[in-house]
Amino acid sequence: MSGPGRIAGGAAPTLRFSFDGAVYHARPGDTLAAALLANGVSLIARSFKYHRPRGIMAAGVEEPNALVTVGNGSLTTPNTRATDVFVYDGLVAKSQNRWPSLRFDLGTVLGLGAPIFASGFYYKTFFGPPRLWMFYEKFIRRAAGLGKAPTLADTDRYQHRGAFCDCLIVGSGPAGLAAAQAAAAAGETVLLVEQDAVLGGSLLRDSGGDMGSIEAAKLAVEAAGGRVLRRTTASGVWDHGLVTCVELLAEPGQSHNLAQRLWHVRAKRIVLATGAIERPLTFAHNDRPGVMLSQAVRSYVRRYGVLPGQRTVIVTNNDDAYATAQALSDAGGQVAAIFDLRSAPTGAVVTAARQRFTVLTGAQDIMAVGGRHGVTAIVAHSGGQRHRFAADLVAMSGGFTPVVHLHSQGAGKLEWRDDIQAFVPGLTPQNMISVGAAAGEVFPASEGAAALTKPKLSFIDFQNDVTAADIDLAWQEGYRSVEHLKRYTTLGMATDQGKTSNMAALGRLAGAAGVSVPQAGLTTFRPPYVPLTLGALAGPDGSGHAAPTRRLALFERHQRLDPIWQPLGYWHRPRAYPVGGETLAQAALREARAVRSAVGIVDVSTLAKFAVTGPDAAAFLEVVCATNVTKLAIGRGRYTFMLREDGMVMDDGTVWRLEDHRYLLTSSTGGADRMEAHLAYAHHVLAPAMRVSIVCQQEHYAGIALAGPQAREVLAQLTGAEPPAHMGVAEGVVAGVPVLILAASYSGERAFEIYAEGHSAGPVWDALEAEARARGGCPYGLEALEFLRIEKGHVVIGGEADGRTTAHDLRLEKMQRKAGGFIGASALERPALNAAERKQLVGLESLGGDIPEGAMLLTASGTVAEGHVTAAAMRVVEGGAIALALLAGGRERSGEVLRASSPTRGQVVQVRVIEPHFYDPAGARYRD
Amino acid sequence: MLLISCPHCGPRAQTEFTYERTLDAIVPLEAAPELAMQLLFERTNPRGIDDELWRHSHGCRQFMTLKRHRVSHAIIAVTPWGKA
Repeated sequence: MSGPGRIAGGAAPTLRFSFDGAVYHARPGDTLAAALLANGVSLIARSFKYHRPRGIMAAGVEEPNALVTVGNGSLTTPNTRATDVFVYDGLVAKSQNRWPSLRFDLGTVLGLGAPIFASGFYYKTFFGPPRLWMFYEKFIRRAAGLGKAPTLADTDRYQHRGAFCDCLIVGSGPAGLAAAQAAAAAGETVLLVEQDAVLGGSLLRDSGGDMGSIEAAKLAVEAAGGRVLRRTTASGVWDHGLVTCVELLAEPGQSHNLAQRLWHVRAKRIVLATGAIERPLTFAHNDRPGVMLSQAVRSYVRRYGVLPGQRTVIVTNNDDAYATAQALSDAGGQVAAIFDLRSAPTGAVVTAARQRFTVLTGAQDIMAVGGRHGVTAIVAHSGGQRHRFAADLVAMSGGFTPVVHLHSQGAGKLEWRDDIQAFVPGLTPQNMISVGAAAGEVFPASEGAAALTKPKLSFIDFQNDVTAADIDLAWQEGYRSVEHLKRYTTLGMATDQGKTSNMAALGRLAGAAGVSVPQAGLTTFRPPYVPLTLGALAGPDGSGHAAPTRRLALFERHQRLDPIWQPLGYWHRPRAYPVGGETLAQAALREARAVRSAVGIVDVSTLAKFAVTGPDAAAFLEVVCATNVTKLAIGRGRYTFMLREDGMVMDDGTVWRLEDHRYLLTSSTGGADRMEAHLAYAHHVLAPAMRVSIVCQQEHYAGIALAGPQAREVLAQLTGAEPPAHMGVAEGVVAGVPVLILAASYSGERAFEIYAEGHSAGPVWDALEAEARARGGCPYGLEALEFLRIEKGHVVIGGEADGRTTAHDLRLEKMQRKAGGFIGASALERPALNAAERKQLVGLESLGGDIPEGAMLLTASGTVAEGHVTAAAMRVVEGGAIALALLAGGRERSGEVLRASSPTRGQVVQVRVIEPHFYDPAGARYRD
Repeated sequence: MLLISCPHCGPRAQTEFTYERTLDAIVPLEAAPELAMQLLFERTNPRGIDDELWRHSHGCRQFMTLKRHRVSHAIIAVTPWGKA
C-alpha cells in the first residue's frame, strides 16, 4: 500500500463531497485537503505556468499549490485553498488550469519548454517584433492561469459591521489564549478572532493534552463582556488601531442566508498572536505531490486522523521536524530516514531521535524522485555518501517565518534574527504587540544551502512557478533591488503573496549578492493578508449601485407621465416625457418647441438653494459671488457666479433680495454639496466676524420653472395676481399652496421659477400642468432644457465652465465686480489668465450635418486641436445644427470656418464660428 | 483610517470628516495678489508635524485644526477652529 489514507478509528465519514466529479466522504471538521488525503487523492492541481502536477503542501491559509474551484453556478468560488475550506455535505470541488483532465494535462508539454518561461520572458518579448509579442501574449494568457471567474451574478449576501474593543487579539493559539486570559482578567473587553473553524492554533497539532486552556480562555473572555469570533481572518491593519476582519458565515460555495461579514474593528490595543509559517526547503523537484511541510504533516496526522503517506522521509534544518517523525511513527506510519541539513546538530531532540530513526546529517544535493503524479523516492548526499530511500511522502522544514504581515501593515518596523533566519516585529507606531511564534518564539534554523543540483527544477514560489534559476537569472540581468526582482520574476505576487516563498527568495538573492538577508531588503506587506471576496468589500450594496438614489419631491407626478429618467449626481430627473412611441430626440424637440411657441413646465427642485440672512448678508455674498450684490433692491434678483481661489469659474446661479437682510442664493444641482462646503469655509474661516447665517434649503423647496410666451398668462390665471417683472420676486398662492415666485429665465422665454415647500408642491404642479396643457404646452425634461439653453448660449457648470475657464473666457467679465474683494479676484491678475490664446466660449453653426459633441476643432489644414465642442444641439424652431465650444482665442474668430472632428465617432463636419447667442440675442422675449 | 477626536462629538472615524487644507494655505481675503498665489501654490509640505484644517462634515459640521504627523499619522492635538 502507498499514498495517503485515513488512520483507522475515529469518527465516521458522514459528509458527501465531490472532486472532479468523483464522490467521496469526509468527517465533520475535515478541511477539503484533509478529506482528499483521507480518500487517497494526492494530485490536486496543475501549476500556474508549467502545468506541473501539484498536491497539498500546507495545512493552512499559506497553501500555494492546492487551489480548487468550489461550488456551482452563482456560488462558484475559484482559487479556494483546499486547506482553507471545511467540507460540508454536498461540497463540489473542481481542479483548475488543466485540459483535458487533471491526470492527463496537455499543458504539461509546456513544462518541457520551461526555459522559454524564464523570468522576464514577458518583458523580453517586448523587444522583439510586435507580431511575435502578440502571439506570445495570446499564448501565455491561454496557457497560464488559475481558476475561472464565474460569469453569473453572485447570489451570496454580505454584511458590514463595526466593533470597538479594549483589546483585539488575532489568533487563538497558546500565545493568543494566554493574552486573552490576561486581558479578560484585567477587565478589558476582548475581541478574539481566529481564522480557523476551531480555537487552539498549534494546540490542535501539538496539544500535549492541554485542550482545557482553550475553553477556559473562551469563557474568561465572554465573562468579561468580550466575544470570540471563529472563521474570522484579520486581513488588514490600518491607522489608529483599525483592523478589518472577514468572518465566514458559510464556507466557499455553500448556500447560506449570509455568506460573509466584514468587521471594522477599532481596538485600543492589539495583540498579534498570528503564529509562524513553516518554510519549504529548496531542492530539486520539491514541488512534487507528496512533498509537504513538516508541521502540516503533523496536523493531518494528529488533528484530522489522516496519514499523508505511508513511508516518509523527513528533510529539515531545525529540531521541530523531529516531532513529525514521532507523530508519524505513533500513527503507524513508517519513517524511512531524517535528512538534517545541519552538519552536526546536537541537542536532546536529535540525540533521542537517533535511537529510533535513521538520522543523516549534513545532507545536501537533495532530490525528490517521482513519477507523473507524485514522489516515489528521495535521494541525498550525507557524509560523502549518496543515499536513496523509497518514500511516498517527504516532510520538509526550512525553518519558521513569523507572521509579521499585520504588524508590517500597521507601519511597524522589522528586525532580522539570524538564529531563526527570519524577520521579527520591531517598533510600531500602533498600540500593538506581537506574542508567541509571531514574535519569533520558534525553533532556530540553519541557513539554506546555496548549491543546488537542479536550480531550474528547485521551486521557490510554488504558486507562480518561480524557481531558484529564475532568481539567479534576474540577478545576472542586473536586478539588484528586491522590489525589482519581485516584479521581474513575479515572485510573491500570486494569491498567496509569497507566504511560503519570500524568505527563501531573499536568501537566494542575498547569497548571489554576497550580502546578508536584511541588507538584501524586503518587499512591502500589504492588505489583505488572505484573498478577500470582492462581495465582502462591497457589503450589502453589492447587488446594486452603491450610491444612494435621491428622489424628487414631485417623483410621483413625473412617474405618472412615464418619463425617461436621467441620473444627475445622486438625483434622478426626467430627461424627456415621450408620448406615442417618440424617441428621446423627438420628444425633447417637441417639448422645446412647446416652450418656444406656447408654454412648458420643468422640475428644477434640485437647484442648490441657500437662505442667507443677517446684517452682513450682502457683504458676505460679495465675498462669495464675483458679481455685484449690495446694489440689489429688495424684491429683485440677478444672475451671479462664483470663482475658485485660483480664479476659475466654480459655479453659477441667481441671488435674490427677499427682505432687507434676507437673501436667497441658488446655484447648480451638481455643485450643491461643494457650494455648501465653500460657503461654510468662507463664513467660518475667511469671514468669521460677519453676522450672517447660511442655511441650505436645497431639499426644503420643490421648484417648478414655467417658461414660454404664455407663461405670464398662466401664472396670472393661477395666482389671480400680476406676475413679477423679469428678475423680480413675488409671493403668491397657487392651488391653495403658498409659493415664492422668482421671475428668472433660463430658456430665453418669459419665465418664472415657482417654489413651494416640497411636501405641498404636488397640487402646484398639477395646476401648472393642467393650465399649460390647456394652452398647447406640456412638461419638459432635461434634454429640452439643454436644447433651450444651448440656443441661448447659457453656460453650464461642468460643461463650458469646466474648471479651466475664467469669467472672461466665458464672456461673463462685464458682470464681474471691478472693485474685487471676492474669492478668486486676486488670481485674475496672473498673466496667463489674460492671454489672448486662451480657450474662449464661441458658438458654432454647422455647414453640414450634426455637430458631434466632444469633437476637436481644427483649421482646414491644421493637425492640432484648437478647441472642442462642449455641447451640441439644433435650432429649436428653424432647425440646423448648432453647438457651443471652447476655442483658442475664440472671441476674435467669428466667421472662421473650422472642422469639427470626432475620430471616435468617425464624424467630421464643417462649422462656422459665430457669437454664442443663437436665439433672440437682444433678450426681447423674456423682458417685459 | 484615522480616528479623530472631534472637540464637539468625541472620537469619530475619518470618513465623517473632510480634510480642507493646511493652515498655511488659507488665503485671507485681504491678502495681496502675490501673497495669495504664494499661499495657494507654494506649500511647505513638511516631513513631520503639520497643522491642518478639517471639518466634521458628516457630523457637527464644525471646523477644527489638527496637529498631525504626516509620516506616522499620529494626531497630537485637535482644536476647535478659532480657539487656537
